[in-house]
Amino acid sequence: MKIEFEINNTRREVDSPPMRRLLDVLREDLRLTGTKEGCGEGECGACSVIVNGEVINSCLVPVCQTAGASITTVEGLAKDGRLDPLQQAFLECGGAQCGICTPGMLIAARALLDINSQPTRDEIKEAIAGNLCRCTGYVKIIDAIEKAALDP
Amino acid sequence: MSGNSTAHSPRSLDEAYEILSHTAAKVIAGGTDLMVLMNARQLDAEEFLDIWRIDELRGIADEGDALRIGALATYTDLIRSPIIQKYAPALVAASRMVGAVQIQNRGTLGGNIVNASPAGDSLPVLAAYDAELEIGSRRGLRRLDFNQFYTGYRRTALEADELVVSVRVPKLKADERDFFCKVGTRRAQAISKTVMAVKAKTENEILEWIRVGVGSVAPTVVRAYKTESLLAGRAITADLVEQARQSISLEVSPITDLRSTEHYRRRVTGNVLARFLREVIDSDGAGI
Repeated sequence: MKIEFEINNTRREVDSPPMRRLLDVLREDLRLTGTKEGCGEGECGACSVIVNGEVINSCLVPVCQTAGASITTVEGLAKDGRLDPLQQAFLECGGAQCGICTPGMLIAARALLDINSQPTRDEIKEAIAGNLCRCTGYVKIIDAIEKAALDP
Repeated sequence: MSGNSTAHSPRSLDEAYEILSHTAAKVIAGGTDLMVLMNARQLDAEEFLDIWRIDELRGIADEGDALRIGALATYTDLIRSPIIQKYAPALVAASRMVGAVQIQNRGTLGGNIVNASPAGDSLPVLAAYDAELEIGSRRGLRRLDFNQFYTGYRRTALEADELVVSVRVPKLKADERDFFCKVGTRRAQAISKTVMAVKAKTENEILEWIRVGVGSVAPTVVRAYKTESLLAGRAITADLVEQARQSISLEVSPITDLRSTEHYRRRVTGNVLARFLREVIDSDGAGI
């Protein structure tokens, strides 16, 4: 099945079985390996991408449901060679250790800031509640998101 | 796992009914339950009916005494809807406790209903609200009380060629109140150990009537009819709260599984109902 969508502002077409996971199409067909697979069951958020403005788990979405969609992956955050303010803040605050959760954290945080540019700490916690990190203890990640919101 | 599968993605209900009338296609909406099974290779299906693009299944409408919620309404749609916030607040509370944002953006009310898990977070609310389902097929539309929909563990009254089209919930009136409480290991992502929704009409500390829906404590989401009868028409006193706590603890039929034990579930279900009753007393100023 031929499926056309827009990924990181570029129109792409893939030929894939319809029920294949968006995650696999991104990583295997489009070589966008920034999006990670953690649990494969919607618990960890490592595979988070933004589809039509909403953050979703790409391991739970069959690619046929994304025809015509606009998708943002972690590769689409930096623009014109400049890091997204979130990426810069994660660097400065030490918001990453092993890095497996980081793309999903950045994407979940981006989806939050796109609809709420000045979130409270509680709103940040709620926005990343579906993203598990086993290294940082979350404090530095929340600090980074807060910093990016204050200093975009 | 999905290499040989096929999917129909119709844009209209009529097309979807037609496909269901002559195939055994597995229906997929937001995929938050189904894709988990598929990823774990526990789903025995190769042909799918993807209903995600059927706009007729979307939308939340005010129909006077009731709200009509399209089966494809996501939890995010419910959380953001001003009329759900105003007239069905327990449904907002339940939606906010489903998974986390990623799941709330894809999971649908219709999917929660048809998936038929005894732990579905929205289901106790629909039970307590006395919701009504609109079910469609090529043979036409029919209506069914939500409280008659489940026929056993993970079994429903839905025929193979039918889809749940919408859910009708009566609007909460000014003299009624509702309540929702989910008990899990953590706030986000956890599946409940026990989950309860209540709708009641109270005047001062008298309970005119009460409807209690509970999940994760029986093979299906259930109403606590015996406990409801015990409470109806009574003044809420400390003694009645204790009777209700005992009654519902005995009325539910939980099992011990990896999430919790039978004993814990009985006890905490009683405590949650007691919490609601004490809230009524506190807000009506009677004191206990």
